[in-house]
Amino acid sequence: MRKINGRIMTVMLFSAAILFLAAITISGSIFSDEAMITDFSRKNLAPSLQYLFGTDWLGRDMFIRTLTGLSMSIKIGLLAAFASSIIALALGIISATMGKTADAIVTWIIDLVMGIPHILLLILISYAFGKGFKGVVIGVALTHWTSLARVIRSEVLQLKEATYIKAAQKLGVSKFEIAWKHMFPHLFSQFLVGLILMFPHAILHEASITFLGFGLSPEQPAIGIILSESMKYLAMGRWWLAVFPGLLLVGTVILFDVAGESLRKLLDPSSAHK
Amino acid sequence: MENKKTILDIHNFSVSFEQYGSGFKKTTLPVIHNLDITVHQGEMVAIVGSSGSGKSLLAHGILGIQPYNATLGGEIIYNGEVLTEERKKALRGSEIVLVPQGTSYLDPLMKVGPQVLKGKNDKKLKERLDKIFKGYNLRDNVYNLYPFELSGGMNRRIMVSTAMMAQPKLVVADEPTPGLHMEMAKKVMSHFRELADNGAGVLVITHDLEQAIEVADRIVVFYAGTTLEDADVKDFEKEETLRHPYTKALWRAMPKNGFKFIDGIQPYVKAMPEGCVFGPRCPHFTEECKCAIPYKNVKDGRVRCIKAEEN
Amino acid sequence: MILLIIAVSVASFVLISVSPIDPLQANIGQAALGSMSAEQIEKLQAYWGVGTPAYQRFFSWAADFFRGDMGISLLYRQPVADVIKVKLANSLYLMTIAWLISGIIGFIMGIIAGINKGRFIDKAIKGYSLLIASTPAFWLALVLLMVFAVWLQILPIGLSVPIGVEASGVTFADKIQHAILPAVTLSITGISNITLHTREKMIEIMESDYVLFSRARGESTYNIIKNHGIRNVMLPAITLQFGSISEIFGGSVLVEQIFSYPGLGQAAVTAGLGSDVPLLLGITVISAVFVFGGNLIANILYGIIDPRIRRGGKLS
Repeated sequence: MRKINGRIMTVMLFSAAILFLAAITISGSIFSDEAMITDFSRKNLAPSLQYLFGTDWLGRDMFIRTLTGLSMSIKIGLLAAFASSIIALALGIISATMGKTADAIVTWIIDLVMGIPHILLLILISYAFGKGFKGVVIGVALTHWTSLARVIRSEVLQLKEATYIKAAQKLGVSKFEIAWKHMFPHLFSQFLVGLILMFPHAILHEASITFLGFGLSPEQPAIGIILSESMKYLAMGRWWLAVFPGLLLVGTVILFDVAGESLRKLLDPSSAHK
Repeated sequence: MENKKTILDIHNFSVSFEQYGSGFKKTTLPVIHNLDITVHQGEMVAIVGSSGSGKSLLAHGILGIQPYNATLGGEIIYNGEVLTEERKKALRGSEIVLVPQGTSYLDPLMKVGPQVLKGKNDKKLKERLDKIFKGYNLRDNVYNLYPFELSGGMNRRIMVSTAMMAQPKLVVADEPTPGLHMEMAKKVMSHFRELADNGAGVLVITHDLEQAIEVADRIVVFYAGTTLEDADVKDFEKEETLRHPYTKALWRAMPKNGFKFIDGIQPYVKAMPEGCVFGPRCPHFTEECKCAIPYKNVKDGRVRCIKAEEN
Repeated sequence: MILLIIAVSVASFVLISVSPIDPLQANIGQAALGSMSAEQIEKLQAYWGVGTPAYQRFFSWAADFFRGDMGISLLYRQPVADVIKVKLANSLYLMTIAWLISGIIGFIMGIIAGINKGRFIDKAIKGYSLLIASTPAFWLALVLLMVFAVWLQILPIGLSVPIGVEASGVTFADKIQHAILPAVTLSITGISNITLHTREKMIEIMESDYVLFSRARGESTYNIIKNHGIRNVMLPAITLQFGSISEIFGGSVLVEQIFSYPGLGQAAVTAGLGSDVPLLLGITVISAVFVFGGNLIANILYGIIDPRIRRGGKLS
């Protein structure tokens, strides 16, 4: 058999990443009730075959709790990243097509958002919306669009100057048709890759802000909450409370990154050359 | 010319790339194939072909600086010995030099003087460079200027200076004149002529046939990744002395010969015609042309056309 | 830049004033409020600024701010300027160390990876950077804390100085010892971004026409890197390095919180959780000043280093 070539590898990598993430999300949702079960007969157990990640001070199974937390973080990340990418798309297109003033305003807003450290801005926004779920989603959505907006802006500008678009205009092709047939396919791939690569950041920031106490309320088993609670027990040597949930979080983030990067490779025409 | 030593003999040379087609299929794209060229000592050979036909790859292939995903085929003999990648590495910059295409080949953040000297601080080298600069009408202060501060013509002369510094045996010049006005272009070409007259073999890659005829000793016609004809420059005085239909078409396209162009375009690498690459545009094309066409000797030159004697 | 800072303060103010969080309830608690007289509550409301229209509050705050008076921190009961001064001093030296370490190591690793593209060392560096980039700073801090402070017990768990020691009794060594873990965490997280970007730039440079030409001229790889590589990667690196100030600031918020390091980041979290509006505003504006200041410095340095800007147009 021939050696598996790069492109097949990339597709396999992409599918594996997506499958795994879907598995975490779905299993986390299924077990969400179980994650709350407290059982004092099994508290503070170190990891074993029965309790892979051990149990906490209330006897909750950390493995299930981690899954539920992650699945919640993924869902929030998806929602926020999606909202953020819509903002990016809208502002990117506005600044590229609606003239100089609009461009200047959008660029200025980008500078503004980039001027405040992400976490600080997240704290501010989450504070503005009364902390909790809404604050996190809006916060992440409002802070992550800047770089994608820049990409889309330059892409649209480039497309507008492209010879084949100019030729189509000269040939009298309608504006709508140019936008739909010639510009949209280019933009869409950029947009999709940008969206997927936004997930890991969104998830990380969701976890961070929740960890600091601005995100989800302590009753919810979000990954940030789990890790923030685990901090109190570190000094007592209950390392498993922090290590495993964190590792799984890192894994999730990497998987999203892998998925995004492999999709980029597949969609990028210049990667046709080996 | 025949009794002079052959400095470069390229035989059946090819450059190909691997590419993904649609889906998962990998295909090999031969951008250059069946390329034959010889360059003698003191001779200036021009390889003429239209832009975008992969001529630069030939230059880079000779120097061993082709892209990492390119595969080279065929044989390059330099000075009587096979030019392996190791030998390319050892000889480039000293015996074999490249004069590149454009200003982008100069480091934008390094002053041109030190750049020509490769960053070495050597008094003797500096003195030689001063002489070369003077010969090229470059003022003393040029030494301490950056490429962006020089005109296009000056930057070309800087790049030719890099070749002069090395005292080479073989000069490969890749499109040295586009973007220059006539006067300047002639001047740059004359610098290469000087190098050849001083004994080096010079291979100029260009798309400008008229200019090539003016300065070169021999013209090699390049089309669709291959060489179609190898002719002495005096063969270009009349259409009848030329061998290949494409060369004749080029000749007729020159302003002084009527400015007549033939129809069609060069075939794309992915859609090469069977047999003769010029077949689809050739007025003398017949079924016999659909086979492998040998590069044969005709009247002191070479041609890749099976009907060369007849037409 | 001044316009941007004004915009930052307006934006932050708007965000804070739309907040539904009642500062009284957040700090005093429902039960305590219930037991207070209406008069007391009114007094407290005035103290926390409840009831005054937002624009009025903003203008009085902004007017004071321009006179250098950032208001009084509600939680610390000290002028915001003083609180920030103390916290900033603590943070600054932590952040400066991390900034320098991550910048230098990231730059070197990026160059090494870039010139060895595709080889083992490149894959190792790239893999490491991607791993760190995917690791939340706070979790990394937790792990380091666990390993060095809890298990090995060679470094302190937190705070910038030993507990229960008079300020005058704190030695320089103490300070360093307490800053090691936070600084290391911040550096590690900062490195990956700088490495990855430097690597990209370096690859771009190594594939450029001028490097190709240098190779054609027989220059050695070492010579190429010395003459062309470093020279050209310097400029983007400066932008990157000064652009990373924002990230270091953000990272310090998390890291300081975990190591209970009394810096600006921790103060921001406390202010946010405790509805200390003047302090939160002050910190936001100050950090924005640093970020924009960093960009400004990068632009100025660019003008000094890049001959294309320094020398301007053509001479000929």
